[in-house]
Amino acid sequence: MITDRYSPVIGLETHVELGTRTKMFCGCTTEFNRDHNGQVCPVCLGLPGSLPVANKKAIEYTIKIGLALHCSIASWCRFARKNYFYPDMPKNFQISQYDEPLCSDGYLDVVVAGSTVRVGIERVHLEEDTGKSLHIGGATGRIHGADYSLVDYNRAGIPLVEIVTKPVDGTGELAPLVARAYVTELRDLLRTLDVSDVRMEEGSLRCDVNTSLSPVGSSVWGTRTETKNVNSLRSVERAVRSEMERQALVLDGGGRVIQETRHFHEDTGTTTSGRSKEEAQDYRYFPEPDLVPIAPPAEWVEEIRASLPELPSARRTRLQAEWGLSDLDMAALHNADALDLVDATVAAGASPADARKWWLGELARRANEASVELAALAITPSQVAVVAGLVAAGTLNDRLARDVIDGVLAGEGSPDEVVAARGLAVVSDSAALTAAVDEAILADPDAVASIRAGRTGAIGVLVGAVMKATRGKADAATVRSLIEQRLG
Amino acid sequence: MAITRDEVAHLARLSRIELTDAELDHLAPQLDQIITAVAQVQEVAAEGIPPTSHATGLVNVFRDDEPVPCLTPAQALDQAPAVELGRFRVPRILGTED
Amino acid sequence: MSELTRLTAADMSERLRARDISAAELTEAHLDRIEAVDGKLHAFLHVAADKARAQARDIDARRSQQENLPPLAGVPVAVKDVFATVGMPTTCGSRILEGWHPPYDATITRRLKDNGAIILGKTNMDEFAMGSSTENSAFGPSRNPWDLAKIPGGSSGGSSAAVAGYEAPLAIGTDTGGSIRQPAAVCGIVGTKPTYGGSSRYGVVAFASSLDTPGPFGRTVLDAALLHEAMSGHDPMDSTSVDAPVPPVVEAARQADVSGMRIGVVTDLSGEGYQPGVMARFTEAVELLEHLGAKITELSCPHFKYALPAYYLIAPSECSSNLARFDGMRYGLRVGDDGTRDAEQVMRLTREEGFGPEVKRRIVLGAYALSSGYYDAYYGKAQQVRTLIIRDFEAAFGQVDVLVSPVTPTTAFGIGERADDPMAMYLADLCTIPSDLAGNAAISVPCGLADEDGLPVGLQVMAPAMADDRLYRVGAAAEAALTDRWGQPILSGAKGLDA
Repeated sequence: MITDRYSPVIGLETHVELGTRTKMFCGCTTEFNRDHNGQVCPVCLGLPGSLPVANKKAIEYTIKIGLALHCSIASWCRFARKNYFYPDMPKNFQISQYDEPLCSDGYLDVVVAGSTVRVGIERVHLEEDTGKSLHIGGATGRIHGADYSLVDYNRAGIPLVEIVTKPVDGTGELAPLVARAYVTELRDLLRTLDVSDVRMEEGSLRCDVNTSLSPVGSSVWGTRTETKNVNSLRSVERAVRSEMERQALVLDGGGRVIQETRHFHEDTGTTTSGRSKEEAQDYRYFPEPDLVPIAPPAEWVEEIRASLPELPSARRTRLQAEWGLSDLDMAALHNADALDLVDATVAAGASPADARKWWLGELARRANEASVELAALAITPSQVAVVAGLVAAGTLNDRLARDVIDGVLAGEGSPDEVVAARGLAVVSDSAALTAAVDEAILADPDAVASIRAGRTGAIGVLVGAVMKATRGKADAATVRSLIEQRLG
Repeated sequence: MAITRDEVAHLARLSRIELTDAELDHLAPQLDQIITAVAQVQEVAAEGIPPTSHATGLVNVFRDDEPVPCLTPAQALDQAPAVELGRFRVPRILGTED
Repeated sequence: MSELTRLTAADMSERLRARDISAAELTEAHLDRIEAVDGKLHAFLHVAADKARAQARDIDARRSQQENLPPLAGVPVAVKDVFATVGMPTTCGSRILEGWHPPYDATITRRLKDNGAIILGKTNMDEFAMGSSTENSAFGPSRNPWDLAKIPGGSSGGSSAAVAGYEAPLAIGTDTGGSIRQPAAVCGIVGTKPTYGGSSRYGVVAFASSLDTPGPFGRTVLDAALLHEAMSGHDPMDSTSVDAPVPPVVEAARQADVSGMRIGVVTDLSGEGYQPGVMARFTEAVELLEHLGAKITELSCPHFKYALPAYYLIAPSECSSNLARFDGMRYGLRVGDDGTRDAEQVMRLTREEGFGPEVKRRIVLGAYALSSGYYDAYYGKAQQVRTLIIRDFEAAFGQVDVLVSPVTPTTAFGIGERADDPMAMYLADLCTIPSDLAGNAAISVPCGLADEDGLPVGLQVMAPAMADDRLYRVGAAAEAALTDRWGQPILSGAKGLDA
């Protein structure tokens, strides 16, 4: 195993598009616009003479994120210019923060394989997003081999928060999982804070992963590479794993890992080298003269702190206690991304046990079959609660409940409507049931004999026969006890 | 020498200016002279003196998160050297894709 | 020349208000004057004749409806080509922006229009405001109305020449290292650098963001005050804009009383390199102020001698970043895009052809000062020097109300004389730079002609930030007394255009 020989150190850099109504330095709307270059103004287009003015809400959101990550909030800090030339950057510098981030020195705890890993947060700072380029002429629409590019500046100027972890070491073979768990937890946190819609697939949450290996026992960290184009949680895990494998191969062969940026490929699950730079970029950072320093008053910071909602980890601890779950059970819920769904189902009246059973059982299976996320299934937590309620009341048994779920997923309506339409209620008319039981007894004398001989397992055969006869609409437990009664 | 011709060439590249050899020959000694002169600032004892990046002393100047009308695409693209499909057409970009 | 163009802006305002003259005839008189002399002066890069006439007609119509109009309504003004103006080109004196028409107005452009001023056109300037003579303009230098072989100063040389040459009674420029005050001094007119942040930079193409200050030119102190007041004030589109009332500059200009004021002579701004004739007129002006009731002291601002090197680190650094956007991708000049080259190559060719030598010099210098490994010793150090200069001013203003010095060490030098010697050119800013670094207010007021060459000399008055009114009080007092002594306005001595 790689980790017998090498210790991995990982780091993650995440960019979050904030969900403010307007851009970071101008009043252009951030809502989706079908017209290219239809949401731009002199400021975000970087026209000569234009000047930035900072969006207060964006600063508030950044402080909120920092507080939720247990960071210190700067009492005084500035924006800085990061200077480099690129056609998607209208000013050929990005307004960002350099050595004075708004928030610093925090942490986020993640649970992996039953133990807690504290991921240190180096900094949380604010900057502006760039425009988007469409590359024309190349094979896959990628930059290499393109003939020219088309640039749309609608996205230029959207507020971006950059969250950088401290290096995380000591995770050994769990490194890929830790990376994934961190991004997952961060995403959930940001969603709870309601500062971004954090959709990795849409680019409002972007992740770069840094990986390095050093020989076990060495106190010197290895050369790290940065991997970009990591567009899903699964890719985070795969990217780290792939880089660990690649670097181990290099080191095993006596080679040196080159410090570089690598590109992750979804299809192969591996990374390739980005264009290697002849010289390291000198961004010539200096304090942004067009913006004055930010000095958040203590009262404002406390106001924001007071407005923090219950954070995901605290909520999980509370729910675990309320529901009386083991760590393992809780982890299962978390890993299946089912916590919110279960919580909502409980809120709608189901018992925690029932809610968990349905979401982690039948519904998880369906989601898997359809290759969708649990939350994407066409059934709501309240509907699941209704189904669970019907089972608890005896109107449905498990088998019928599954049929009802089928119906809801197929769009036939609410659980009650499906029950009515399909006639799925449990047969509870005891006369009919007794008749079915008697029939089954008569039809299978061998089974009856076995039962009387003390082999109670054979009851199941008769139960099965009754269930078949009633087309599954009987309550199995009731049938069993009826059989027992009948046969004495 | 405060700055060499090679350093000037490097800085010009960094600044995306295609200086000719003649220009480099002319510019390098001028910059050398200027840099030597401006290096005078290093004579000043400035231990513990905070740098001034903003002379006004202003802090916390913000805008509210309220949308204002912006330019139309036509206005934005009006004087672009090249336009295609409603976007700014630029020559092919080499370099890493982020 | 029509006598209308000889009037002060204050007089024009009064006569317009009294319906004694119309905006239309006033505008026409100035357009005629431009037609007659701008071939020699080359103050204007663009004359907006039709627009100006239309604006004038509109003002006249509104006035005839008894509408109460602001003081500058109907008064012509020239605008330095660094201000964004919708419907007019804005070149900043550069090939890289040749033909660029901004889709938006600078806030100050907006304010001029709201005040009813008639924008005659855009004036020539050193490219991207870098220079002290307009010789760095890509479109040729402007000339000094006193002597057409002499520079009109820079970078706002076109605006200064236009006012001194009676092509406009008022003009606006920008001052970053002295670019309003020095042209005003060498052309014999009044020019002010307001408090930094006192006038909006939104729509002013940036050279050095922490230093650029838009300001007024006029032939008299009162005229400059009228424009100063109209163009200044808080702007929410500019984060560095001061949110406070405009100091009462017009009132101060009218009051013009220096009795009891404490005036400090900055001894460091004199000595070697200063033309004797300049020092003579300056010294006399100080004596005159004393005679008028001011108390004169001499003091030293010991860090002022580091102001020039600090400036030539800070300004190029900021400009190297501000000018990065000119790359041929979105507007302006694009060179070399024949389908074979990549974006980076096209950017390099565009900037090579589009920028002049001084701009290239400062961009490279700025990149140097900011580069890693050099930042602390150059840019970082310069910013510390800046703090020390601010403290020098604070100490001085603890003892006096205003400081005085010459505006620039020499009178107007010859066109071509310093063009190949950047360092000699930079020395023109020696006295003006400290106020820019500190963000204070300063004015140039004509104080006579140098004996050696008969060319104008300017008196610089400096005041603390937001005390701009003191400049006008002292300036107006000096102006009144000097004009009295000369028997006529100083500009009547400008013979350059008589021929």
